[in-house]
Amino acid sequence: MLNSKLAGALVAAGLLASPVAFAQNTIVLPNIIELSGGGATVGTNWKNGVEMAIAEVNAAGGILGKKVEAMVVDTQTNPGVARAAIQKALDDKPLVIFGPIYSGSVKATMQLTADAEVAQIMGGEAGDLTAQGSKYIFRTSFGQNVSMPKLANYLRDGEKAKSVAVVYVNNDFGKGGRDAIIKELGSRNIKVAADVSTEAGQADFAADVIKLKSANADAIFIYLNEEESARFLREAKKQGLNKPMIGETTLLGQKVIDLAGDAANGVKGHVGLTVDAPIPAVQAFGKKFEEKYKYKPDHNGMKGYIAVFMVKAAAEKAGKLDAKAIAAALHGLTITPDKTPGILMEGTWDETGEIDRISFLAEVKDGKQVITQTLPKLKQ
Amino acid sequence: MSDFFQLVIAGLATGAIYALAAIGFTLLWQTSQTINFAQGEFVMLPAFFALAAMKFFGFPFWAACLTSIVVAVLLLGMVFKVVVVDPMLKQGVLPLVISTIALGILLKEGAKDFYSAEAQPFPYIFPDVMVELAGIRLSLSQVGVMVIAFAVIVALQWFLGRTRTGRQMQATAQNPTVARILGVPVERMIMYTFLINAGLAAMASLLISPIYLAKFSNGEHLGLAAFVAAIVGGFNQVRGAIAGGLLVGIVDNLAAAYVSTGYRQAVPLVLLVLFILFRPQGLLGRKEERAV
Repeated sequence: MLNSKLAGALVAAGLLASPVAFAQNTIVLPNIIELSGGGATVGTNWKNGVEMAIAEVNAAGGILGKKVEAMVVDTQTNPGVARAAIQKALDDKPLVIFGPIYSGSVKATMQLTADAEVAQIMGGEAGDLTAQGSKYIFRTSFGQNVSMPKLANYLRDGEKAKSVAVVYVNNDFGKGGRDAIIKELGSRNIKVAADVSTEAGQADFAADVIKLKSANADAIFIYLNEEESARFLREAKKQGLNKPMIGETTLLGQKVIDLAGDAANGVKGHVGLTVDAPIPAVQAFGKKFEEKYKYKPDHNGMKGYIAVFMVKAAAEKAGKLDAKAIAAALHGLTITPDKTPGILMEGTWDETGEIDRISFLAEVKDGKQVITQTLPKLKQ
Repeated sequence: MSDFFQLVIAGLATGAIYALAAIGFTLLWQTSQTINFAQGEFVMLPAFFALAAMKFFGFPFWAACLTSIVVAVLLLGMVFKVVVVDPMLKQGVLPLVISTIALGILLKEGAKDFYSAEAQPFPYIFPDVMVELAGIRLSLSQVGVMVIAFAVIVALQWFLGRTRTGRQMQATAQNPTVARILGVPVERMIMYTFLINAGLAAMASLLISPIYLAKFSNGEHLGLAAFVAAIVGGFNQVRGAIAGGLLVGIVDNLAAAYVSTGYRQAVPLVLLVLFILFRPQGLLGRKEERAV
C-alpha cells in the first residue's frame, strides 16, 4: 500500500515537472535568444519585447483562451549552444520556437525546426535564410534581399555616390549583407572603393577606420552588429572620418545611439522597424516599453513584441493550437493592426516566411533617430 | 606612408595601455611569483566602479575615476593579496594560478550579473577632436591616452629606480632572502606591488574603456594581450613589459590593416611562440638559469 502511494506520488511529481504537462493549461513559448556574449543587447531587447507582449496577450484572455508563458534560454551568442537549446525545446513539442536573432545561430538551427514541423519565428536578417526551402522559418524583420536594394537606391539617388567603401562584420549576418549590397551597387554602376572585413566582438576599429579614410570613397556603408557599430562610430569620429555613413537598422538603432553618443549624429540609412516611426501605435509601444524597462527599445524589442502577436493571429486563423497548422496559417497571412493591434504595422508573410511591410529612411540628429521618408510595401 | 604612421601611432596608444597591464604581470611575478590570470578582469572591472559611482552616487566623471582607482587599489590590490594570494601561495604556484583563473571567472560573471551583460558607454577622458602634429592628423584623445600612459610608466620607473621604497621593492624582487637580511620589510614591499598593480590596471581600464566600451567580457582580450606583452617583452623586467606592450599594440594594428582582421588576434600569439622558441627571455628580459 505504501509502495503504491509512493509510486503514485512519484508519477504525479514527474508529471508536474514536465513542461508538456504544464503546457496543458498554459502555452509555453521557448524563447531561445542571445542574452550574453556579443548579442546580449539584441537578445535583451527581444526578450523584453516578448515579455511585454505576453503580459498584454494574457491580460486580453490569452491565445484561444489559454495563458501564454515564455521559457527563456540564453544561447550565449553561440550557434552550438543555440542548436542544443532548440533541440531540447523541440523534445517538449512546443507550438512555435522564438529565436535566435543572430543569423548564424538561425542557420544552425533551422533544419531542426523544419524536421520537427514547428514554426521558428526568428530575428535573423541574412538574405539566404528564407531561400533554403524551409516551410517553418518566419522573419520578424526584413531580410537583406529586401533592404539592400532600398539602400543601394538611396546611395545612388540620395547621396549621389559614385564610389562606396563597405565595412562589414565577418559573420553570416555581415557576409550576407556585404554580398547583397556589393551586388546591388554593381548593378547601379557604383564602384566599391574598399571592402573591409571586421570581426564579431571586435573592440578596436582604429586600423579599419584608417583603411576607410585612405579609400576616399563618396560614402561609407557600415554593416556591423550594434555594439561594434557604436565602437566603429566612436573611432570614426575620433579620427575625423567625415564621409556620409550609411547603414541599416543595426547602425541607427537606439542602443547604437546610446553607446556612440555624439558620434552617431549624421548617420543615415534604411530602417525596417523603429519606435520613431510616424505611426501612433508604434510610438505608443515605444513609450510603454520605455516606462516599463527604463530605456528606449531598438528594433529587436519590436521584433520580439510582434512575434507574440504573429502567433496569436496565426492561431486564431488556424482555429487550433497545433504547431503544423500555425506554421501553415502564417504563410500568406496579412496581419493588420485593426484586428491585431499588437502587430503595430500591417505585415504580410509570403510562402518563404519573408515579410513585407512599410519601411523608413532615417537620420540620426542630435542623438535622436529622425524619420525622413516612409517607403511603401513592395507588394501593395 | 601617412597611413602607416597613423597605424603605428594608433598601435602605440593601445600598446601603451597593454603595457600598463603587462607591467602589473611582471611586478607580481618578480616580487611574489604570482601569475595573475585574472589580470584582464582587473582591467575590465574599474570601468564599472566608475560607472557605478556615477550612476548610484551621482559623482561627476573625474570623481568617479578617482573613486574607481581607490576602490581598485583596495579591492584588487589589498584584498586580492590578503584573501587569495597569501593563503594560496603557501600551497605552491599552481594552486594560485588556478585560483586566479577562478577569480577571473567570478569577476567577469559578477560584473555581468550586478551591472549588465550589455556594453556600456564610457566617457573619453580627452575630447575626441583632431590635431595636426608634423603633418600627421591625430586624434587628441589618442595623444592624450599616450601621454597619460607614458607619464604613468615614467613615474613608475622613477619611483622604482630613484626612491628608497622603489629600490627596496627592486631588492625584494631580485632576492627576497638577502633583502630581508639587509632589513628590507619584504612583506610590505610585496603588498606595495599588489597596490601598484591594481592602480595600473585601473588606469588601463579608464583609458581603454572609451574605445572598447565597458563590457564584462573585455578582460578576455586585455588579459591575453597583457600576458603576451609581458612574455614577449621579458617577464622579469618592467622595461620589457613596456616594450612588449607597445610591440603587441603596433603589431596588432599593422596586422589588422595589412594582413586581415580575421588573423589579427593570431599574430601576437605567433609572436609569442616565436619568442618562446628563439628568445625565451623576451625582448629585454634577462636570462635566468635554474639552480640544480
